[in-house]
Amino acid sequence: MPVCDETVDRLLLQVSKPARYIGQEWNSISKDWDTLSATLALAYPDLYELGMSNLGLAILYDIVNRHPQYCAERVYAPWPDMEANLRAHHVPLYSLETRHALSEFSVVGFTLQSELTYTNVLNMLDLGGVPVLAAQRGDEAPVVIAGGTCTYNPEPMTPFVDAFAIGEGEEAILDILGVVAEARAAKATRDDLRRALAAIAGVYVPAMYRPRHGASGVYAGVAPLEGAPSTITKRIVRQLPPAPTRPVVPHLQATHDRATIEIQRGCSRGCRFCQAGIVYRPIRERPAAEIVQAIDELVGNTGYDEIGLLSLSSSDHTDIEAIVQQALDRHSHDGVGVSLPSLRIDSFSVELARMISSRRKTGFTFAPEAGSQRLRDVINKGVTEQDLLQTAQAAFAHGWNRIKLYFMIGLPTETDQDVLEIARLAHELARMGREMRGRRVEISISVATFVPKPHTPFQWEPLITRSDATRRQRLLREALRGRAFKLSYSDWDSTWLEALLARGNRCLGDVIYSVWQRGARFDAWSEYLDVPLWQQALAEAGFDTENELHAPRTRETPLSWQHIDTGVAISFLWAERECALRGDLSPDCREHCHHCGILATFAAERSTVEAGAWGCP
Amino acid sequence: MQTEAVQRLRITYGVDGPLRYLSVLDMGRLWERLLRRARLPLAFTQGFNPHPRMAFAAPLPVGYSSTHEVLDVYLGAIVAPEGALAAICAESPVGLCLQSVVEVPLSAPPMQAIMRAAAYEVAAWSAASPEQMRQCLQWALDSDALLYERVRAGRTQSIDLRPLLLKARYLGQDEAHRLELTMVCSPQGAGRPEELLAALEIGESHWAVCRSRLYWDAHTEE
Repeated sequence: MPVCDETVDRLLLQVSKPARYIGQEWNSISKDWDTLSATLALAYPDLYELGMSNLGLAILYDIVNRHPQYCAERVYAPWPDMEANLRAHHVPLYSLETRHALSEFSVVGFTLQSELTYTNVLNMLDLGGVPVLAAQRGDEAPVVIAGGTCTYNPEPMTPFVDAFAIGEGEEAILDILGVVAEARAAKATRDDLRRALAAIAGVYVPAMYRPRHGASGVYAGVAPLEGAPSTITKRIVRQLPPAPTRPVVPHLQATHDRATIEIQRGCSRGCRFCQAGIVYRPIRERPAAEIVQAIDELVGNTGYDEIGLLSLSSSDHTDIEAIVQQALDRHSHDGVGVSLPSLRIDSFSVELARMISSRRKTGFTFAPEAGSQRLRDVINKGVTEQDLLQTAQAAFAHGWNRIKLYFMIGLPTETDQDVLEIARLAHELARMGREMRGRRVEISISVATFVPKPHTPFQWEPLITRSDATRRQRLLREALRGRAFKLSYSDWDSTWLEALLARGNRCLGDVIYSVWQRGARFDAWSEYLDVPLWQQALAEAGFDTENELHAPRTRETPLSWQHIDTGVAISFLWAERECALRGDLSPDCREHCHHCGILATFAAERSTVEAGAWGCP
Repeated sequence: MQTEAVQRLRITYGVDGPLRYLSVLDMGRLWERLLRRARLPLAFTQGFNPHPRMAFAAPLPVGYSSTHEVLDVYLGAIVAPEGALAAICAESPVGLCLQSVVEVPLSAPPMQAIMRAAAYEVAAWSAASPEQMRQCLQWALDSDALLYERVRAGRTQSIDLRPLLLKARYLGQDEAHRLELTMVCSPQGAGRPEELLAALEIGESHWAVCRSRLYWDAHTEE
């Protein structure tokens, strides 16, 4: 039974931004449940405004709703004022489309894009009437699944999730819904359902694995039970499915308030800190004609004034210039612009930025990541100081007065001297800008703290210590005085928690459960992140966070995520780590194959696509 | 991008259902996208961040429905108003009820500047008796001042609602008490029915407001 409209209406007048909770947006899809064999709640464990900017969920929404027997409906984390109202009036968390409680869906699927949303997952299940612990769900309860990049280390969330979909979800989601629909029709038990789900490629059912412990009680990975596979290999699609061109247009201004199209999946640059660069392999480009056609449809179907061309490195698409030119030729007279996140550092990118910013000349943004050449070589950024200076010069020459630079501190082998190089570079750019523009320019420096992520060449590296991180932030602050500079950096608390959850094992599940019970939610929001609460729960669980975060790991150290296979060989990651420590570069893999393992893993898939469809040589 | 306007269309519409919960900024974005989908030849503002030229007569408070909203849109090319009406209807989301599209002179004064008042149909769920409700409204009309503490963005401001109240009529009771209020809605300020209810202390558990008519200078001249 859907939640009745009058009930919702009364709640909505008492909360901030009620438009988060109403649904019926343009292009949203509501189906008659009587005709369906499986229903999916697509859950985003943060606010509506953030979730509506997520392309992954929009893709799944489109694919599932195209199927005549399935529906996908959306649900987002309610802000604490709405949560209080829902609880006070005993109203369950409901889907936006048909206002069914989460407990009424056959599948509740979460996307895990940030570790700091984990407690929201528990809270949403609880608000939706679904038992928070997978072990407590009966035959009638929804199947709780999760996907997204965080699931490349699923272990901390294993107590709450029935099945993880590892890798690309476009095909896997239909396989999962098919299995669930069949099990429901056959009145299968939960155990039978688990076994059927575990038989789907790329699906990890944590209840079918037990943690192993070595001689001294040290965690030693997980062991499969009942014939479950010992490693779970991620799913990929052989070619990019058609882009969704009827996305739901949000009622509220979304964080990224634009229509988006994925122009390329994967990245050939091989930056050693970057998890996306590994897990989205291989490179698949969407053909230019398909992109231009999709842009036309997106503009006509949504009315947005901006189209974002998404990829990990937008300027790397073979036909990017022609695509941008055609999009502008066809739509700029209607006030529609194009945006390109993540541009490479070269003068070609400045040309592209110039093309798209004829109307709005905001800051010119690029990401050197590290200040010194030595450290940029360690991370395989593949950018020289000359590249940086020439790019900035081109930007100033074309009229930009603001440059925004992204850096990281805490990278492997980093010294204070490397960090001071960030400041030197910023001063150099400020001087260049003043000379070229004849006025003070603004150099904005954003410094994140590096978290060593699973499945990267740096997965064995420790997290920087708090004292080193704060000292290096202070060094930068002192070296970047002056009105030309705007410095911002990430706060230690969220870095600490992100690192802990990103790299943790199954034992962390108890900690997550315990902090949620004591009120933790919206950990990604500094006003809600309660570090003492986490510390207390970690201490009670006997968790050695110092060791977990800062102890070096050897090639032999069991990793919490070693049963998850991205298709990239661990020997390749280790070799890249060795290259990093020597400062050796690995060139762009479109030109030279480094035998990362992806082609060996997916040889069957590649044999069925046209030559050149993948970026691999 | 066309920045010179050659035609001004006045769109009259109603708001109901989900769209009651949109802020005026959200409503602006909704209309901008709707007009682009309808492929109307919009005229744009100049400057760094051009937007379609359009203006609401009066912002509709979050939570209200309406049967009389007015939006002026400026176009860079001439279109037939009835064609525009059909195009907009086809692209309208749930909760937007299009009533009319007419051409008005480009030189006509901006709607916002000539707004005077608005009528509201109010429903209030309260244990008060009809007689008490009648007396309350009469008391409001007879009093010289009606002080109310308005809380906005965490700040409290004391305002006098009495000069904002123009007419009040009690219509009767079904599941809720039904009232008809006319309040000032002008560049100088706007009365809000739920604030009046709060000031009268009728103990309502919840309310619903529909803005049923906008009054501007041209009306008073009629």
